[in-house]
Amino acid sequence: MATPTKSETMFEEVIDQQLGRRSFLKLTALGIVSAAAATLPAEIAEAAKEAVTKRKFRYGMVIDLRRCVNCKACTIACKLENKTPPGVEYNPVIEEEIGEYPYVKRNWFPKPCFHCENPPCTNVCPVSATYKRPEDGIVVVDYKKCIGCRYCITACPYGARYFDFGENYPAQETDYGKILSPEFKGEYGLRKEGKSPDGNVRKCTFCLHLQDEKGHYSRPPACSETCMAKAIHFGDFGENSDGGCITHQDCNLKQLLVARRWIRLKEELGTEPNVYYLM
Amino acid sequence: MIKKLLWGVWLVFFGIGAVGVWQRLVYGHHFANYGSFVPWGLWVAAYIYFVGLSAGSFLLSSLIYVFNVKQLEPIGRLSLVTATITLFMALLSIWFDIGHMERFWYVFASPNFHSMMAWMIWLYTAYFILLLAELYTVFQNHSEKQQRIMKILGSIGVPLAIAFHGGVGALFGVVGARIYWHSSMFPILFLTGALTSGGALLLAIVAWFWPHKNVQHQQLVRFLAQITLGLLLFDLLLEWAEISIPLWGGMTEHTASLKLILFGPYWWVFWILHLFMGTLVPIILLLKGLKKPYVAGWGGALIAILFLTVRLNLVIPGQAVPILSGIEEAIKNHRLTTAYVPSLHEWMVLSFIVCLGILVFSLAKRKLNIFHLEAR
Repeated sequence: MATPTKSETMFEEVIDQQLGRRSFLKLTALGIVSAAAATLPAEIAEAAKEAVTKRKFRYGMVIDLRRCVNCKACTIACKLENKTPPGVEYNPVIEEEIGEYPYVKRNWFPKPCFHCENPPCTNVCPVSATYKRPEDGIVVVDYKKCIGCRYCITACPYGARYFDFGENYPAQETDYGKILSPEFKGEYGLRKEGKSPDGNVRKCTFCLHLQDEKGHYSRPPACSETCMAKAIHFGDFGENSDGGCITHQDCNLKQLLVARRWIRLKEELGTEPNVYYLM
Repeated sequence: MIKKLLWGVWLVFFGIGAVGVWQRLVYGHHFANYGSFVPWGLWVAAYIYFVGLSAGSFLLSSLIYVFNVKQLEPIGRLSLVTATITLFMALLSIWFDIGHMERFWYVFASPNFHSMMAWMIWLYTAYFILLLAELYTVFQNHSEKQQRIMKILGSIGVPLAIAFHGGVGALFGVVGARIYWHSSMFPILFLTGALTSGGALLLAIVAWFWPHKNVQHQQLVRFLAQITLGLLLFDLLLEWAEISIPLWGGMTEHTASLKLILFGPYWWVFWILHLFMGTLVPIILLLKGLKKPYVAGWGGALIAILFLTVRLNLVIPGQAVPILSGIEEAIKNHRLTTAYVPSLHEWMVLSFIVCLGILVFSLAKRKLNIFHLEAR
């Protein structure tokens, strides 16, 4: 048997790195399905094919830390958009002071849920209440199902999940309390004590209530839309996408990732976050 | 007189506990101190503590029915009754802990078997059913058929109890986000802990409440004390491994939780309550108690009660280290802090559970022949 040439091996390595294990597995799955399709009735084969290619979008963010000015407007916009109670923070700005006077600096970054490709939080749920949506990869919690055991909070390496203790801002007593929550397209409406999402685990949904029926965003998530520095770019990283940013017409997410240096948090865990930070 | 006084104390704690439960049912989680950075608090620690007592007592009962350890035969019924009551206490603890108590049955209706928690729930359900079956059988009149059924049930029970309590450890062990928990030692540590605390509890009960203080009683206590001592020392060895290896390795992520345990604001929980009062003193008492059942009882009681500190030190420090540095400063809110200490309310609910357990046990002691006096 001929041994592979050096260039062949290198090519394989590159493919391996670029594709990643997941995509490889998916391709393998697709291969198996296609192979099965040859022997199965057409309808079943079609259904199986659809199951594998169900993913239409891979929504994510590219956050430009050079642009971010730590104004925290994203945190506020998120609060107002999703009407989250105190202690439930879908997009806080993490801040840290480094060094000692006179050599001091501050680091900060907005931190939404990263909607990881391999979310460690979903598998731990004992009742499958939290899951990664097959069509767009957004990680959600089904408030009707969640029993509030908080296992997923412990499993998230990024602190993106929060328990709703049923606490309220004083404004809840005013007319503010009569505004329906748009979360999950208004499914949970007015906030009532002891009723979901009170007693549930909550997290950023990439404002999925702003999607239309086909999964396209009518306007970008509140944090991204409000950012005056244009630091939060939101869009689709999916295979079928051209990488165009939904928030800002003049930028392209895929191009940004090629042109700039970026990091994802705790990359070593293999969670594959869908939120990139430009350095 | 002393008995009346003790029941008076019980009544006070039961009353306080009932208020706590009322608060929990009416106000939800408002009065609890855990939050979103330390989502699991005293009730989860209490849950693994009680479930450990249950698995431990059960596994000791299997020594009798599966492995024919004749010396322990008199405590067969007692160990099964204890295992059932402590399991009941464990389930109560975790039931109060979940956000939607009315949805507990979802874990059966829509289980996710990717989740170690789902596995644990299904395994302890099976264990609970088996426990009830054993309990029913063990209170039947002594016969060969009864012995055979006990042996079969026990033989199923041993792997089941190991799987289910190992599963409780694995539930923590599989969480890669929390380095302190993410250890293959956890299932083993949980099992050893279960056997140690379960054995100690049985020792205390036998030493103090056995109706006839005769030679047989003395021998029984001596044997239980030896088992408990051996298990305690083995548990100590595992604990040493669990603490020393990461500390020696010195990776900050690994050592952060351990340093909290050893030198953090609650250092005394480890050094004084666990290591001194819960380990060193009991070792001396157990050695002294080999001839004095009453003293051995104190040794057992100290281990059994203070084992809660071991459970607390497994659950809390894993979460008490910020998951991202700076995350606590991002938003100022009392739910968004890693500085957790159980609130009075949490202790009140625990007090209710403990008092209820004591009540059920004394009812069982009065109504059923749990000390199995007709045993040959």
